Amino acid sequence: MSRHTAFHPRWYRPRVSVWWWLEKRAYALFVLRETSSVFVALVAGTTLLQVRAVKAGPEAYARFLEWLGTPPVLAVHALAFAFVLFHAVTWFNLAPKAMTLRLGGKKVPDAVIAAANYAGWILASALVAFLMLRD
Amino acid sequence: MPEAVTLVVTRYRPEQESEPTTERFEVPFRKEWVVLDALNYVKDRLDGSLSFRWSCRMGVCGSCGMMVNGEPKLTCGAFLGDFLPGPIRVEPLRFFPVIRDLIVDIGDFLRKLRRVKPWLERAEEKPLGEGEYLQTPDQLDAYKPFSMCINCLLCYSACPIYGLEPSFLGPAAIALAQRYNLDNRDQGSRDRLEILSGKGGIWECTFVGQCTEVCPKHVDPARAIQQYKLTAAMHWLMPWAGGSR
Repeated sequence: MSRHTAFHPRWYRPRVSVWWWLEKRAYALFVLRETSSVFVALVAGTTLLQVRAVKAGPEAYARFLEWLGTPPVLAVHALAFAFVLFHAVTWFNLAPKAMTLRLGGKKVPDAVIAAANYAGWILASALVAFLMLRD
Repeated sequence: MPEAVTLVVTRYRPEQESEPTTERFEVPFRKEWVVLDALNYVKDRLDGSLSFRWSCRMGVCGSCGMMVNGEPKLTCGAFLGDFLPGPIRVEPLRFFPVIRDLIVDIGDFLRKLRRVKPWLERAEEKPLGEGEYLQTPDQLDAYKPFSMCINCLLCYSACPIYGLEPSFLGPAAIALAQRYNLDNRDQGSRDRLEILSGKGGIWECTFVGQCTEVCPKHVDPARAIQQYKLTAAMHWLMPWAGGSR
């Protein structure tokens, strides 16, 4: 199938297949990375529901926790966890591309910027774990 | 080492066919030969009508970009030995209209490149008598990687966004705009802002990142685009702030 322009009727213009993202591993990973944002939104939405349940009182909160424990919700959350993890890792790996930091006139190496992001992630996770697990 | 290797070359002769076809050519295998040497062997010995662009044979001119086994490559740097046992598929660069055989029309890129003003813009030139505009090594480092672009357009063929959204300025044009934005002798960054952050500009990019992977000169256009997203966002938040670097 070819599309032509008025001025150059003989140039061949191939169409891009809707399955272009299956042609290369890198494209497929890209589409997965973009899809992961749906799961990030899902987790954020769940957190909002949780806040609402807390506000509605102990009974509503108990019902919410029960709903969280049902097999379909657990399955969705297991999948969401994998996607959110993938999202975080790809995000931190991309961070040095968008930021050019200069210290004392010298460019800070990409690996240092990525490492700082990972360190921040670990610290934040440790803080959350501390708040959750203390009695 | 094999004696010969097969090339499967895309042919498109608009006067006799409405869609590209492929043709197989058997060429001798030499370990020092690149795909471009094999194509030249075909043209010299097997079929003089095969059309393709090339010039320098040493990765400088950026003319001989083609798809080799589905990947955008400079054919002068793609050794036959890396694609054994073959056959080796040679196709025209993706996402560009094909004029004939392996030759694509790059007019779209050239028009976009002009739009981003890839030259030093000065409000006022200082008199020649005052000498050159001097730069420190750090000032040079700020833009040097982006200045290595040879306009080979491999990055466009790696970018699915360019394929799907033809209005996208594309990786090389944006990297070259950044090359001048980051040059301390340039004063045109305000002029480029509207073009770069408008329709078809940086916000079309979803950071697939393949432009950087395929670049033979390590220009890293993906970095240029993501950096400029930050610049443009800061401008949007603080339009009164000076400079757009």
